[in-house]
Amino acid sequence: MDSGVFFTTYEADMALRRKPLEKLRLGLFIAFVLVFPFVAGTYPTFLMNQIGIATIGALGLNLLVGYTGQISLGQGAFLAVGAYTAGILTAKLGVPWYLTLVIAPLFTALVGAVFGIPSLRLKGLYLAIATLAAQEIIIWVVTHWDSVTGGVHALVVPPPTLFGMPLNRDFRFYWIIWACVGFTALTMANLLRTHYGRAFVAIRDHDIAAEIMGIDLFKYKLLAFGLSSFYVGLAGALLAHWRSIVTWERFTIEVSVLYLAMIIIGGLGSIAGSLYGAAFMTLLPAVLNNLGMAFKDTLPWLEEAIPYIQQASFGLIIILFLILEPRGLNKLWQDIKNYFKLWPFSY
Amino acid sequence: METFIHLTVAGLTNGMILALAALGFVLIYKATDVINFAQGEFLMVGAYLIYAFIVQFGMPWTVSVVLTLALAVVIGVVVERFVLRPLIGEPIISIIMVTIGLSSLMRAIVSMIWGNQPKAMPPFIPSQPVRLGPAVVTADRLWAIAVAVLMLVLFALFFRYYKEGIAMRAVADDQQAAMSMGISVRRIFAWAWSISAMVAAVAGALVANIVGVGPELAGFGLRVFPVVILGGLDSIPGALLGGIIIGLIESYVGGYVGHGLHQVIAFVVLVLILMVKPYGLFGQERIERV
Repeated sequence: MDSGVFFTTYEADMALRRKPLEKLRLGLFIAFVLVFPFVAGTYPTFLMNQIGIATIGALGLNLLVGYTGQISLGQGAFLAVGAYTAGILTAKLGVPWYLTLVIAPLFTALVGAVFGIPSLRLKGLYLAIATLAAQEIIIWVVTHWDSVTGGVHALVVPPPTLFGMPLNRDFRFYWIIWACVGFTALTMANLLRTHYGRAFVAIRDHDIAAEIMGIDLFKYKLLAFGLSSFYVGLAGALLAHWRSIVTWERFTIEVSVLYLAMIIIGGLGSIAGSLYGAAFMTLLPAVLNNLGMAFKDTLPWLEEAIPYIQQASFGLIIILFLILEPRGLNKLWQDIKNYFKLWPFSY
Repeated sequence: METFIHLTVAGLTNGMILALAALGFVLIYKATDVINFAQGEFLMVGAYLIYAFIVQFGMPWTVSVVLTLALAVVIGVVVERFVLRPLIGEPIISIIMVTIGLSSLMRAIVSMIWGNQPKAMPPFIPSQPVRLGPAVVTADRLWAIAVAVLMLVLFALFFRYYKEGIAMRAVADDQQAAMSMGISVRRIFAWAWSISAMVAAVAGALVANIVGVGPELAGFGLRVFPVVILGGLDSIPGALLGGIIIGLIESYVGGYVGHGLHQVIAFVVLVLILMVKPYGLFGQERIERV
């Protein structure tokens, strides 16, 4: 706990960022995001875009898994629904791309709520398996509904333009993505402070107790599925317009697992944790790849082994985090902050 | 009629292999309450081990099978000790994720050793054609069915009469009560994981004999879920019956309906079962309404 913090107004007490250091850190982060693309090259900007989209998806999943306690293995499929809806609307029906950023998430929310219906009767493990089935069924539909999705072939989306300026470059689309990250983080942080957010947390902690306290489980679970899918659909739609191509390989069960890994490594039930996890899991394979490429002259076998090393470290990091720090990077960061709070006079 | 017999035999073989994979899964769930998403990887490792012993080291298949089973036991014990035991009492999502991480790690290690190209396996089980009424099927499929049935019977007897088997059932029923009766829960957990790895290795060897070895064998891990949900997560007869039913459904749908529907039909069945009877055919019902 902090000492010496005295709020004299309710506004100050209820603010999202209450202390000067918190405000400073947020300011530094925003400044970093604003300056980054001007300083960094194409590849770091590309990675940053990836991180942005992953953050939106991870925030959505964290709302469902971390805050409401409903385990979902269907993240990849919901991303696919968002991406394909946005892609089909723009490529085949000519809907402007910025409108699809609203329509596709809404449609994904609807699909997510439908697949959330089993959550009423199932919990924990059974729900995880039900969402696994949803994942497999949705991807099967996507790969077999040739006339609409293009089946196993890629769906090509025309590049987005704004005032006649094509946006399909990493530098230009960066602003769209990170504006959406800001929107997602802000709306979610505020949502979690309303009675909806508290109801979600109550359901996570004990569903029966929550119901006794007057929380309509059906309504709030479906709402959690819908809201979570809304954000995931937004991530999918952004992905479709940024990469100008939608293929089913980007939405397999591995993607669902990757997103779960992000929120676990970042920290379940934490907004900042979603960002840390998304950044970590996006940067890890990239860093390993670059390391491997850097050493390929001295260790020639390394180049071939890179994908396996990426896969192995993915698994190993999940296992190690769960055993050593189940509450993720966010907890590590809290510990560091707490350590320095009284430093050098901590006891 | 001929197609029907072909499809039935193919379905039964696949179903039996699924049942074996599901058996390992159920064993772990029953004894330790862990959902093992790495069951398919255990099966794949078993297949690669038997491939390595027979093809790469040129050993006779009897020795290879024994060595494979021994190594599977070691892997099972190691996994239990170093990956699962630290997580006892953690929420279910941690357990799910740790086995998923394990599956990723195991797949990577296998690919590092053997590459990720599928390899042909010289059949070590006789595969001459056998007449079954109007249809002709290969003997290896019948062998697979026979071995699977044998394993399932052995396990039924093991749980019924053998001391460790009874202890395992006791742990599954109530860990604290079992502990107070002098049963070492840790040892039972190790037993469960090693037996499960062994069963998976047998299933892997059977599959390897029919289709060869490759990383895609790990896909059995996900195909097990419809089986165990249909049969009941904690029921061994359920694993057998579920395996047969899912195997036959996939086979008939693949043969008579087509359009690749057989890839997904099992998951459709899964959703229906979850909607109607979440605890499956033989699963123990834990009454808890939300």
